[in-house]
Amino acid sequence: MGTIPNLVGAGLIVIGAGLGLGKIGGSAMDAIARQPEAAGKIQTAMIIIGALLEGLAFGALILGA
Amino acid sequence: MIISKKPVRSLTAILIGLISSVAMANPVEDTTHVKTETASHTEQVAHETANHETEAHTEKHEALSPKEKINEHIQHHLADSYDFTLYSDEEAGTHVGFPLPVILIDDGLKVFSASAFHHGETVANVDGAYYKLVHNKIYKTDAEGTLELDHHGHPTNEMPLNFSITKNVFSLLITSLLLFLMFTALARTYKKGPNNLPTGFSRVLEPLVLFVRDEIARPNIGEKKYKKFMPFLLTVFFLIWLLNLIGLTPLGINVTGNIAVTFCLAFVTLIITNFSANKDYWGHIFWMPGVPAPMKIILAPIEVLGIFTKPFSLMIRLFANITAGHAVMMGLLAIIFLFKNLLGTGGSIGVSLALTTFISLIELLVAFLQAFIFTMMSSLFIGMAVQEHDHHDDHH
Amino acid sequence: MEKLLNDFSYGLFFWQLVILTILILLLAKFAWKPILNSLSEREEGIKSALESAENARKEMQDLQADNQRILNEARAERDTMLKEAREMKEKIVADAKTEAQAQGLKLIEQAKAAIESEKNAAMAELKLQVSSLSLSIAEKLLKDELSNTEAQTKLVEKMLGDVKLN
Repeated sequence: MGTIPNLVGAGLIVIGAGLGLGKIGGSAMDAIARQPEAAGKIQTAMIIIGALLEGLAFGALILGA
Repeated sequence: MIISKKPVRSLTAILIGLISSVAMANPVEDTTHVKTETASHTEQVAHETANHETEAHTEKHEALSPKEKINEHIQHHLADSYDFTLYSDEEAGTHVGFPLPVILIDDGLKVFSASAFHHGETVANVDGAYYKLVHNKIYKTDAEGTLELDHHGHPTNEMPLNFSITKNVFSLLITSLLLFLMFTALARTYKKGPNNLPTGFSRVLEPLVLFVRDEIARPNIGEKKYKKFMPFLLTVFFLIWLLNLIGLTPLGINVTGNIAVTFCLAFVTLIITNFSANKDYWGHIFWMPGVPAPMKIILAPIEVLGIFTKPFSLMIRLFANITAGHAVMMGLLAIIFLFKNLLGTGGSIGVSLALTTFISLIELLVAFLQAFIFTMMSSLFIGMAVQEHDHHDDHH
Repeated sequence: MEKLLNDFSYGLFFWQLVILTILILLLAKFAWKPILNSLSEREEGIKSALESAENARKEMQDLQADNQRILNEARAERDTMLKEAREMKEKIVADAKTEAQAQGLKLIEQAKAAIESEKNAAMAELKLQVSSLSLSIAEKLLKDELSNTEAQTKLVEKMLGDVKLN
């Protein structure tokens, strides 16, 4: 466990990543609702972007910790 | 601790029916062990199972609070070790398992069994040199095992070059052997002709191979060039997946949650990506076409950095996901000890079991998803490196 | 980060690199190559099978179209033949009719002519007979009548009285 600034930073990262993931997921749902036949492609794209975001968030967490 | 995962394992095994090769390793007695433990909660929490090492501070255990103990146990689980311990009883000081070979390069090659350390309790004497195991690290020391500590409490003794077959290396070898057997069996079914459909377990593998080819490699790398990278992508996909799944078994293996392993995987991706890159790729990195010259100068270092951040993110993602998964699972199991006063023995076990079951199912998904994402991203990066840019002016 | 770097095990990295490389090479040789080759071979097989099926279907269609065409031609030919035959029949019948008519007319003409000539001959004969008969009657009468003078005069007178002077 880290110091207080570390923990606050981790919290901020998680907030940011959460917002980002929520946006990605929400947009993907919208897109799927609009075009259900393209669900597979949208899901793949969603996972890729989610993974990029995840990598960024984890990178920040680990560099900060 | 991990024993409580057993119902989860059976459940998921029934659900998925995929991990037939991985058996439930721990005996039933372990479950009863958990119960007796919770009953005698005022005593020290002696429940230590997979990959536990008692290390050099057994006396210190008495002073640790349950919370610290759990923390330490989780750290133990996540770390590598020099012997394959399936179960150990701290009170009795017994360990069920087998030691693995330690290979040191220190004035020549020194190979000896890890049993010489006696789980960190004694100093190993090999050909006149003394080694001591402290916090999973092997230090060179004298006959008494004296350690010079710095102000952080870390030993400053000399560390020999360590190429030991640790538990992770051993698990890797076993997993690789398993993979090899699985896929050569699948390959054998095609010997009688391509229309000879595989049977049994191989039948599950064939669509997975097709999945990697058609969903991961083809769309990301391109129809023309994907074939060259298929061996790498398939191997990495199945290796990561199988390692993740084995990490979920009660054997207490945590290979993909080790930074050295994920670093190696990402490193191979980096090497393959950059060595198969074409002129366009380097052109886009050092002299981005279609942007003004000052921008090119600013973009070049960013793009160069990008070469390394991409595999870095691969490494961190896999490591962090698996580590976090294991930590959460262990933490949820620790509910049994932490909340037994509040919820009672049965209640705490019930809550812990329900949550762990849920998380296990999620982890099962994560095991696949991380293998998929790693392979997907690798193929995406490779695809970026090898693709032909036909319309330079169109998309910049 | 510091902890991670501290925990980084180069030994594990080394072994992982070795194992991974060997695994990739071994699997590539003994598993992936045969598997992928067989899979693509199977796909090719299915593809070509589908193509040949499509070709066969097309050929069948062509064949059927040919058959239909030939059948149609044959039918048309038969129709024309039938039509021609009918026309021929009609023509023959008509011809026969006209000829028969002509023949009939001719025969009738001939018969008429023959009848006429027969009639004329009969008339002539009759006339001859009648005239000779009347002559003989007249001779007999005259011989009889003109046996005395008185009767002769009376006749002359009567005859003279019959003659009208116009």
